[in-house]
This record gives sequence, structure tokens and C-alpha cells, in this order.
Amino acid sequence: MAEFSLPANSKVRKDGRLFKAPAGAKNVRVFKVYRFDPDLRETPRLDSYEVDMDACGPMVLDALIKIKNEIDSTLSFRRSCREGICGSCAMNIDGKNALACVSACADVKHDIKIYPLPHMPVIKDLVPDLTNFYAQYASIKPWLQTRTPPPPDGERLQSKEDQEKVDRPSACILCACCSTSCPSYWWNSDRYLGPAALLAAYRWIVDSRDEAAGERLDYLEDPFRLYRCHTIMNCTESCPKDLNPAKAIGEIKQMMAHRRH
Amino acid sequence: MSEYKLIDHTYDVVVVGAGGAGLRATFGLAEAGLSTACLTKVFPTRSHTVAAQGGISAALGNMGADDWRWHMYDTVKGSDWLGDQDAIEFMCKEAPAAVIELEHYGVPFSRTEDGRIYQRPFGGMTTHFGKGIAQRTCAAADRTGHAMLHTLYQQSLKHEANFFIEYFALDLIMENGECRGVIALDMSDGTLHRFRSHMVIVATGGYGRAWFSCTSAHTCTGDGGGMALRAGLPLQDMEFVQFHPTGIYGAGCLITEGSRGEGGYLTNAAGERFMERYAPNAKDLASRDVVSRAMTVEIREGRGVGALKDHIDLHLEHLGPAVIKERLPGIAETARIFAGVDVNKDPIPVLPTVHYNMGGIPCNVQGEAISRMAGNEVVVPGLMAVGEAACVSVHGANRLGSNSLLDLVVFGREAARHCARVVQKDTAHRAFKADAVDGTLARLDRLRHAKGSRRTADVRLDMQRVMQSDAAVFRTGESLSDGRRKLAEVFASFADVQVTDRSLVWNTDLIETLELDNLLGQAVATMHSAENRQESRGAQAREDFPNRDDQNWMKHTLCWVDAKGATRFDYRPVHLNTLTADVESIPPKARTY
Repeated sequence: MAEFSLPANSKVRKDGRLFKAPAGAKNVRVFKVYRFDPDLRETPRLDSYEVDMDACGPMVLDALIKIKNEIDSTLSFRRSCREGICGSCAMNIDGKNALACVSACADVKHDIKIYPLPHMPVIKDLVPDLTNFYAQYASIKPWLQTRTPPPPDGERLQSKEDQEKVDRPSACILCACCSTSCPSYWWNSDRYLGPAALLAAYRWIVDSRDEAAGERLDYLEDPFRLYRCHTIMNCTESCPKDLNPAKAIGEIKQMMAHRRH
Repeated sequence: MSEYKLIDHTYDVVVVGAGGAGLRATFGLAEAGLSTACLTKVFPTRSHTVAAQGGISAALGNMGADDWRWHMYDTVKGSDWLGDQDAIEFMCKEAPAAVIELEHYGVPFSRTEDGRIYQRPFGGMTTHFGKGIAQRTCAAADRTGHAMLHTLYQQSLKHEANFFIEYFALDLIMENGECRGVIALDMSDGTLHRFRSHMVIVATGGYGRAWFSCTSAHTCTGDGGGMALRAGLPLQDMEFVQFHPTGIYGAGCLITEGSRGEGGYLTNAAGERFMERYAPNAKDLASRDVVSRAMTVEIREGRGVGALKDHIDLHLEHLGPAVIKERLPGIAETARIFAGVDVNKDPIPVLPTVHYNMGGIPCNVQGEAISRMAGNEVVVPGLMAVGEAACVSVHGANRLGSNSLLDLVVFGREAARHCARVVQKDTAHRAFKADAVDGTLARLDRLRHAKGSRRTADVRLDMQRVMQSDAAVFRTGESLSDGRRKLAEVFASFADVQVTDRSLVWNTDLIETLELDNLLGQAVATMHSAENRQESRGAQAREDFPNRDDQNWMKHTLCWVDAKGATRFDYRPVHLNTLTADVESIPPKARTY
């Protein structure tokens, strides 16, 4: 029998702790943050933090850091560069996957709900386990493969036009916003590679210097690895770097079709 | 201590840190067949190398005549003659091959019309020993660090290197002055891991987060420097801290020097291109210390822009949308997000912002850590350092832009080569002494259960404020001794720190406290070294000693910091000699741009 409701212990309790803003705060916003502590063996809960925005930076990451520094230092989340290039602080903000460091609080009009990236095992609070995501990236052999030796004393030449083909796809920051926004990935992440790994595969397939396009396509020729993409487009919608994994996947599917005929 | 489960590992070499230098060393070691572990507190592609924008210098000559000797001259001059010329020769001579190697690994460099690697002008980079402007900085648009770091990680995957990801290194394991390994905390489950190795390579980056405003990532907490100090080792030239001229006003995010390399310029409140007064030849492309001082003077003399006259404008509007889109797309995005500016229409508000630590673990050209004992220079057996954590010293008193990415790959690669020469694969290891990590466990346990009255964030903020105000662009004996006293209070207040998260699973409260411990020692080393050095050189601008004093101060500072925050100094001579006869030593002269 299929069970259509979630198991009881996976529902998030809405009755978490409330941390009130200091008296006198005039510009208060409420952050509802997913909390899970594996030591407690309890169901996850939403804690509410009232933050005085007059004494807080503009980004969601600024608010999380303020909460950690001044209100509740037990809150755990990943962060590093704070300028949208390292990909550490990917999380689900107001229902969308995004980088907290480049997401303005002002862009959310109601209470700001913050969850970990969807459908990933949670280690603690906003920290998901990305082991499988990274393994999938490694599985596409994301490095230059050639048979022809490079020129002994110079670079491989590449035209500006050819460089342009890899320029955007190589700008991926592996934040996992795309893959974890994809329903197909939620259901089949054990076998479907997901948009991030497929974009990485595409980046090498279209690199004029790479000579393993055939082997790369062979690896993807599989009912699950590639073809579980159903063009839902959440990946492209959620990419904080404005990349287009959905288009890359579409082009890989076209290459597959072409080489069959 | 029974609560802490110790898991033992044995490798030929252990690398701590997975930024550009750590990764280049790691897969070089794997390639050489040495069993290698790379420990990193963040997933490799999150390391701060990823944020480097403008490029990597190498005299490829793709965009005009170039010569590694000119690059060497610029680097020595940029270092204000504190850089070691043998190491600088090595780096600049190796640069073209190192960059070509990166291209062969697949770095998606921007290209010239004839398909070669695109190169842009950068501050202090000249041709013919200062006479012309060089185009030497190889770029992948304005995300060169990202392109490099991802490629280096990809090469590490190719070579099947062993990674221990989200492991926080706690201490070097020292025995009779020799480094025997490292102990680390697995952040995901709180287990402790002792790594025994014939060599430990520290590649942990800089400590920019000791300041309130910096371009550095939150994770730039100088963990390797902290470990070295606790191991009783000195840090070198810690007074030299680079302020990048163009951090975004307020947010501190970096705007690459490449934006000026592409033709951007700075103006004051009068709209004047003031750099023409300070550096008549190089103008906006003078060395970073020179530009940062000029900006600070403009602001101090009332010519800053904005309501508070407290920052400077960086103009890119005249470059046109096509150049912005092709060469500076990331800058356009960063300026829009963090300054609300459309760079095609308006200037970006900028301010000199802490960016890079020239100081670090003293090393020789091979990357071996150096100390001094009883008046003699000694190699620390079993320990090496690379990248920003190290002080080779190729940057001396001031690093040139795009020389740090070069430093990472050249010395990361050389560290691996050195290990391949000196470490015999799979040779047996002596057992650790029974008490090898007792001190570390005691410190960990004390901090984890710290019940003081001061939050970690509060102590950190106190430190950052002192560093911001007193270890600044301009310094005086008075401001530095004042800073030293205030910093001593902050240092002492760490004994009263409070950690509220008691868990061992992803306890970032504890991790931030351990990081603060690392930062504090280096903050002290910086402030004391700056007060101690009574001259102005490169990034150290002493208003009470405005001139460079080669007679007394052409020497590297070594600074030890003990557990109580007390310091002691010694010195190393600057290597004015070159490594080979391929080039002549560049004698000291006045430094103008």
C-alpha cells in the first residue's frame, strides 16, 4: 500500500522556540528557521527569531550571522565567501533555493522561512549532507580528457567562439541549488545525476580541447542518469549564477539523438 | 578525555587546506605516488582561492613583449625590497610553464583573437624594468580564481587524491621540534583523527578575519598560523598586511584590480583623477599599497565622496557594456548586489579593505618551514607551508596583484616535488608518544565546555575593532602601542569565553571559537611586529618613520607568541642574491610609480 502522508517524525514542528527582539527595536522581522539537532533525537522544529533590521545587514546571511552572533549561537549553517562565489550558503529561503549571501531580506515580504536544501539528508539545522551530490559530480569525470598531447611549450589554442561555449557552463559553483530544486532528482537522486552534474558533463562535452565527448555521452546514455530530466526547469529558475542547466541537458539529449541517426 | 574517540591514520604526506596551493600540492603528491591525505574545513571548491578575480601573472608575452626578468623586477620593487630575490626569481621564471600547465589541465581562460590566453594589465606590472605597462595577468574573465580552483579540484579527482572534507585541523603534532603529523576534528560527527605523516604541508590561507572589514571569506581565520604559534614556531613579516584599494564601501566585497587594468579609474569628491598626483606614471595602476595610501589621504584631507566624505568612486561607465560583459561580468553583478550600482551608469563606492597577509610561516624556496634557534637558521623537520599561510617570501612588504594565484601553483607544485625527492614512499612511522595530543584534547575540552561570560562573537568583534583602528593603512608608534594594550585586554578576555553549543556534530559555535583562538595569536603578532618595525616599507606605513630604512630594517621579522600573548622577536636576512646566474640581483632604490 502506498502511503501518501509523510511519516510522523519527518513533519517539522511549528511550535519551536521564539526569541523576541530586544525592547525598543523598531524595524523587526521574523526569521523562521528549521532546526534539527541529531543529538536530541527529536523531530525537527521551526524556531522563530525576531531580528532588529535597523542593526542588521541587508542579506539573509547577514541576518543568520546576527542570529548566531547575538541571539542563539547553537544555530549551524555553512558560509564562507559572502559574495556568491563559493556556494557554501545554499539553502531554501521563502520556498526557493538560493544563496543566503546574495538574497536580500527585503525581497521577501512576509516572515522569512529558512529551510535546508530540500530532500537532502540533514546533518544539523541548515547543513545538508552533500556526499551523494559530490559523488555524482565526480562520476562524470569532470576533467580535461585528451589523446593528443598538448603543445610542449604553449597553450592549446581555442577561438573566442569556442571559449564562449564553455564560459558560462564552467561558471557553476556547485552550490546544489539546481539539483535539490528538481522533483525528478528528489525521487531518483540515487540514479539520476541531476542538473549540476549534467551541466558539468556538458561543459566538457562542448570544450573544443576535450577529446572524450563520445565516452562522456556513453556514460550518460542511460534511462536514469540523463533521461530522468523531464524539462521541469526548476534548475534554471533556481540557479543563483543565472546559468541554464536545463538548456545544457536539452542539448545533451539532442547530441544523443544525432549520434543515433 | 575518554569521551573523545581517537582514530589513527598514516600517510606519507598530509596537506592541511584545499585552496589553490593545497590542491596543487595534493595532486602533485598523488601523481608522484606518495600516499597523501588532504584535510580541509570546507569542501575544496569553497576555499577562498575561488574568490580571486583578476588573474594570474606570467610573462607569456601573448599581448606584447614580455620577459620573466621584467616580472621579477616588478615583484622585487613591489615588495619594497623585502622579498627574497632567489624565491622571486624562481616564481617568475616558473610562471609561464605553470600557467601553460593550468591551461593543459583545462582552465577556461579568456582568449585573444588568435586563440591564446588573454592577458590584462595589472598594478605594478611593467615592461623593460619599469618603463612600459605590461599585459601579463592571465584571466578567465573576472573569475580566474574560480576557474583555477575548480580545475585544480578536478585534477585532484582525476588523481584520486584522498580528501578528509569538513575536518578542522586542531594542532600540529610536534615531538622534539619535529612535526610528526596533525590532529583534526571531523565536524560531521565529532570524532578526532590523528594523522601520522613524514611531512605536513600547511596550506590554510590568510587571517583577514582578524579585521572588521576585509575582502576575505568568513573562513579566512589563519588556522595554520595559529597551529604554528601553538607549536612554538615563529611567524614572519606579520606587520605587512595588504589593503586592497577597491573593496565595496560597507560590504567589503572585492572589486578586482582588473577593473582598473581594463581602464577603470578612481576619483575624489571633486571628480579629480587624484592618482595622477601620487603616481604620475602608473596612475591608477600603481602598486596596491600606494593606491590605498593615496585614497586614505584623499579621504583624510576631506576629499572623500558621499554624505560622510568617507569613500572614493571607481568609474567603469566609460568602458562600455561590451567590455563589461566580456571581461568584468562578475564585477557588474557584485556591484549591483552589494552597492546597488549599475556599473554602466554610475561609479562604484570603494574603500581600501584588508585583503592579503604577506606574512606567514617562514619557508625556503622548497617550502620547508624555517625557524631560528640559538642564533642559527634551522629547517623545522616534517613541516612545510605554501600559499598565503606561508612567507617564502616572494611578496615581501607588498604583494602585486595576480602574484598570489601564481604563488599558489608554483609553490604548491614545488612542495609536491620536494616531498617526492625527500620522502621515501611507504616508509615506516614511529609511534606517537602516549601524550602526543593531550594538550590539544585539553584545549578542545576546555573550549567546548567554556562557561564564561563573553560570547565568541563579542570577543571576535572586540579584536576586529582594535585591528581595524590600530593595524590600519597608516600607523604611528602611539596608535600601535595603544592597539597593543587594547589587544592584550581582548586576548585576556578569551579566557572568559562562552560556548553554548555542547554538541560534537557540526558545532560551529565551537569551530568559530577555535578559529578565534587562531586569529588572536596572529592579531597579536601583527600588532607587535608593526610596532617593532620602526620604518615605512611597502604596506607598513609608519607616519613617525616615513622612510624606508635599509640600514636597520632590510630584514624579515620573526615573531613568536606564547600562550599568554607575550611576544619575542628575531630576524632573518633578506636574500638579495638570486637563485641562478640567469639574472642579476636588483639593488634597492627609491620606489616610485
